[in-house]
Amino acid sequence: MIRFLSVAAFLVALFIGVPVLITLTGRWDFYYTLTSVALLSIGSAGVWLTFYIGRINIGQGAYALVGGYVAAVLITKLGFNFWATLPLAGLFCAALAVLIGLPILRLRGVYFSMVTLVLTEVARLSALALPVTNGARGITSIPLPGEVSLFGITLLPDFATLENPKLAFYLMAVTLMCLAYLVLWRITRSRLGHLFRSLQQNEDLAASIGVNIAFLRVLAYAISSFMGGIAGAGFVVISQSIYPSSFQVADSVNFILNCFLGGLGFVFGPMLGTLVLYFGWSLLFAAAKYQMLIYSTLLIAAMLVVPNGLLSLPAMLRGKGGEK
Amino acid sequence: MEQIIVNGLFLGASYALIALGLTLIFSLMNVLNFAHGQMYVLGGFITYTVVAQFHLPFVVGLICSAVALAALGAFAERFLFAPVIRRSKREESTMLLAAGIAFFLDAVTLLVFGEKQRGIPKIVQGVFNWDFRIVMPYDRILIGCLAVALIAAFILFMRLSRTGRAMRALAQDRMAAELMGVDVGRYSMIGFALGAMLAGLVGGLLVSIVGVNLGMGGPTSIKAFMMIMIGGAGVISGAIAGGFILGMLESVGLSLLAAYGDITYLVIFVSLLIFLAFRPQGLMGKPWG
Repeated sequence: MIRFLSVAAFLVALFIGVPVLITLTGRWDFYYTLTSVALLSIGSAGVWLTFYIGRINIGQGAYALVGGYVAAVLITKLGFNFWATLPLAGLFCAALAVLIGLPILRLRGVYFSMVTLVLTEVARLSALALPVTNGARGITSIPLPGEVSLFGITLLPDFATLENPKLAFYLMAVTLMCLAYLVLWRITRSRLGHLFRSLQQNEDLAASIGVNIAFLRVLAYAISSFMGGIAGAGFVVISQSIYPSSFQVADSVNFILNCFLGGLGFVFGPMLGTLVLYFGWSLLFAAAKYQMLIYSTLLIAAMLVVPNGLLSLPAMLRGKGGEK
Repeated sequence: MEQIIVNGLFLGASYALIALGLTLIFSLMNVLNFAHGQMYVLGGFITYTVVAQFHLPFVVGLICSAVALAALGAFAERFLFAPVIRRSKREESTMLLAAGIAFFLDAVTLLVFGEKQRGIPKIVQGVFNWDFRIVMPYDRILIGCLAVALIAAFILFMRLSRTGRAMRALAQDRMAAELMGVDVGRYSMIGFALGAMLAGLVGGLLVSIVGVNLGMGGPTSIKAFMMIMIGGAGVISGAIAGGFILGMLESVGLSLLAAYGDITYLVIFVSLLIFLAFRPQGLMGKPWG
């Protein structure tokens, strides 16, 4: 019951509280920040899922870039509606992840991390080299999401006709985020979650008792990349442009940092981590040239103080209280 | 053709030194040092400052880089990595720490040395020219030889000295080494310092050839990761092999693929992915090292 109430409170705050607060304070720029946080945290959720099977995935930037380009190309070259490209971008990334994942998921530990890091670089270089991506100039002036209607009833309005597209984008992003975390939460509470945890603990042991590890790890990787693709496609439509440098190695690293900072042991860790890191970075903008210095110092300090993530803080405090 | 091979050997020697430091840290601590490229850049800037600003000999610059980076490495191990490894539930947490240090070093380098490309005057003048088949400036030859000498010295140190033996034992089996009375904490620190020092030395060596700038850190780390993947993580021979192979590939690729645009690295990356599909542990690595 308490859990249900807290989830309800969270949703109310997200869908009603934030817009009301922003209207009252007039800080419209927060919409863009929060939309970015919501979309990035979808990508982080994917990375978290690969952590859940015991892999460190530094390649989410690659899938975000691929998803972004798929959406951009479909919208600008083939005239698709954004709402149709969103799942297509995700599915394309998932298919790509199966293809790439089959060989590279055989790698373990740091080998897997390093190869996914390389993958991010491959994605950037491919975006520069392929003809369809328009090279370093990128794809720009992508139209806003169009209208979606069923039997003449408008389900989703044309964003270009809205008087406040920022709010619409915000609502779209947080809805997607809630769906992503619902999926994540459901997976961890299911039989599949048990199987994933068995991979995290010991793949060989899991295989020896009949768990199909090759299938499961590709499945987890595909779901993860699907989320990466969705995040990328979402970004393309809010910024209305994409370049090969839109998602690069630093972004891939940030995705894993979000997970670490929030806490790997908690489903909602990546969401909190993304919020804190993104907001922290934006707030430090006032520090001008010392921004990076302060940010990285805080990051290192956070690692020393709460090595198991921010969400482990309550348990740590309780643990200390018990010792007295 | 001869020119391509010589260029490859030169690149390979300096790459191998970078990979050696990274692989040493990895084998001792199981830490993937994301900040390795940034340490390389820092080493380059220190040598630049000593040589170009204080007008001291190149050798002094190299020594300053080596000492400063060794101190930095020792400090990072003792006060940052060791406590996090002790407290954290999952080993991977050190990655966040290493990434944080990489950001930190980038920020410090930007504040202290600025974002301009820096270089020092040639240390030796003249160009070696063998019938226009091999054309190589003397300073490149000198730096290449120095790099090879450093690699040889490093191998001898690991083979023959007491410290080297302790570190090899640590890399093989941490627990067993500890039970045999090896001071694990001390040798981890020395190993980390040594790895960082190698990165700084290469930075100092190459500042006389290619110069140094702030943006080189990340790409250098990625190249170093690739070398380790080619050769196998945590194996000294693998790091050297990986360094020379990558140097050679780059040299060959830049001359053969130049006609098709800037795709050398794309081709290298893709072939690396295919190679790893067949041999996940690299050329000389232990399976799941």
